[in-house]
Amino acid sequence: MNAPQKPAMKKVINESGIEVKPLYTAADVEASGGMEMVGDPGAYPFTRGIHREMYRKQPWTMRQYAGFGNPADTNQRFNYLIANGQTGLNVAFDLPTQIGLDSDDPLAEGEIGRVGMSIDTLRDFEIAFDGIDLKKITVSLTINGAAAILIAMYLAMAEKRGYDVKELRGTAQNDILKEFIGRGTWIFPVEPSIRLVGDTIEYCAKEAPKYTPVSVCGYHIRESGATPAQEIAYAFCIAKAYADDAIRRGLPVDEFAGRLSYNFNIFGNIFEQVCKFRAGRGLWAKIMKEQYGAEKPGSMWLRMIAAGGGGGLTFEQPEVNIVRGAYYALISALSGTQTMALCSYDEAYTIPTEYSARLSLRTMQLLIEEMGLTETVDPLAGSFYVETMTNEMRKKMEEIMDEVDAQGGIVKMVAEGTIQAKVSAQAYGMQRKIESGEFPKVGVNCYKNEQEEDHPVEFHPYNEDDARVQIESLQRIRAERDNAAVAAALTRLRKDAAAGTNVMPALVEAVKAYASVGEMTKELVSVFGRYQEPIRF
Amino acid sequence: MNERRIKVLLGKPGLDGHDQGAKVVARAMMDAGFEVIYTGLRQTPEQIARIALEEDVDVISLSSMAGSHIPFCRKLKPLLEANGLTDKLWVIGGNLPAQDHDALRELGFKGIFPSGSKLDAITEFIRKEVK
Repeated sequence: MNAPQKPAMKKVINESGIEVKPLYTAADVEASGGMEMVGDPGAYPFTRGIHREMYRKQPWTMRQYAGFGNPADTNQRFNYLIANGQTGLNVAFDLPTQIGLDSDDPLAEGEIGRVGMSIDTLRDFEIAFDGIDLKKITVSLTINGAAAILIAMYLAMAEKRGYDVKELRGTAQNDILKEFIGRGTWIFPVEPSIRLVGDTIEYCAKEAPKYTPVSVCGYHIRESGATPAQEIAYAFCIAKAYADDAIRRGLPVDEFAGRLSYNFNIFGNIFEQVCKFRAGRGLWAKIMKEQYGAEKPGSMWLRMIAAGGGGGLTFEQPEVNIVRGAYYALISALSGTQTMALCSYDEAYTIPTEYSARLSLRTMQLLIEEMGLTETVDPLAGSFYVETMTNEMRKKMEEIMDEVDAQGGIVKMVAEGTIQAKVSAQAYGMQRKIESGEFPKVGVNCYKNEQEEDHPVEFHPYNEDDARVQIESLQRIRAERDNAAVAAALTRLRKDAAAGTNVMPALVEAVKAYASVGEMTKELVSVFGRYQEPIRF
Repeated sequence: MNERRIKVLLGKPGLDGHDQGAKVVARAMMDAGFEVIYTGLRQTPEQIARIALEEDVDVISLSSMAGSHIPFCRKLKPLLEANGLTDKLWVIGGNLPAQDHDALRELGFKGIFPSGSKLDAITEFIRKEVK
């Protein structure tokens, strides 16, 4: 069993580039900046947590990413997860929906319902969320390029079911800048894409003030090759770009900042991860207070989902991913997250089965019910190591944000592809380190099985028939709806987009008339054009 | 030594946006001395076939992460054949379940590199197969 060579006193540098010492004392805490940024939970600078009682009052929301096939298939999985104790939903859409194509678009062929559920019109949302109490179960939509359309659809669906949109909670991912860096479900060029995010922030601040229109994702930037410190720093730069757009529209910071949220990744060194989140909370509060003049505490809160990331899981010995997932959940709990999710052990291969999704849920429930993780707030606080590393991670994040500013800002760097090139070069470097054994990965470059099992996981079946059902349903809706109303709404949408008017009211009108995702996207493309990807790697 | 540099088309088929792996492999290929034409995201079968023909590549390689590799390759195969590209080396990598490997081989893909494959294994295979 070939254990990696690790001489006892070899210099250790964490992924973020900070040296890790074998021993920390009070002197290290002092030298790194002292306890000034620690404070109390629920009070500025919120390093220890955004609420005073944290999980004593309410444990984290559990929100496994789920969705496949047509809306009826997905509704069944949603109900299964809720029946097993899941407290929120995190909706996966198929790729045609994510990039604004209808199911009958030739480019959608072979992709319908494959990596998420297929949505064409409001009817599909009605089916997907049928029977689910949207007050008890908050819904997070993992949608970006087509986010404005799907947010409009969600609000319209809730309103139609009798919910007061002013009281409606929920989240949309709606972080387009990270899609240009990793994940790739962009549609429009960079500038109009940011404007659309601004439209959703502005609209929700007025019409759906409890809805969270944006969840800024360090997660996918990390998956694309960023270090943990870069993950947070780039996400903050992106969040500031959206905040700046909102402020240019005349929105006071305290009217929208409280509804911004974050989506972060967990894999790697436990302490680096926990300190990353503690440091990030303090830094975000400081940015909102000092740079944006926020006064409401809620505007300074770093609200987040901290999710066990696929980037840490392995194809080799997939059952070991169950254990990795348990550690990631532990990190997430120690980090004071609001929401938790875990990539399931088979997710490196396939859409999780009911069995593996339930196992992820049970992993999180164990921490709540058996392990005492909800009893005391920020239990690692005061550790010489944790406080020193938290200070050092915060400094590292500030340095990275300064570098971005010095290079012209995140929007420019994303548009030119320089961030993409940087994280991609790092991903290559890391892959080489894994293949050479320099960066140990159990089952991959050490403790390998003599022979991998032939069928290590059960594959989620892809139902070819779902596509036919979905296309027939779309065509039936096109035949039955009031097409004059659809045409009028689409014309209004095009005009508002061209005039620089907020497009959300027009989208809500179009959605209610059962216009399709593809039809609305086409109108917006006719005004905004399509993104041309800079080929840099 | 006047050996021609191996020229590789690296394409991202379909709608999938997960390009971290493709970009990592592209860098490995460049480090191995190959000339790499990376297509960027969302290529149709027609685009892949056209670029392969226009660029006169030795290798046509695809990176697929979102499960649509079989339907995509079924559409690509006749286009590559029609363009006289059957003598080129066809390679595919990414999230490719073992039960799909035979079908991909039957579709003409000689190199199949599921996630977890080593970078050097990919470049060595290409070097060996391209004569």
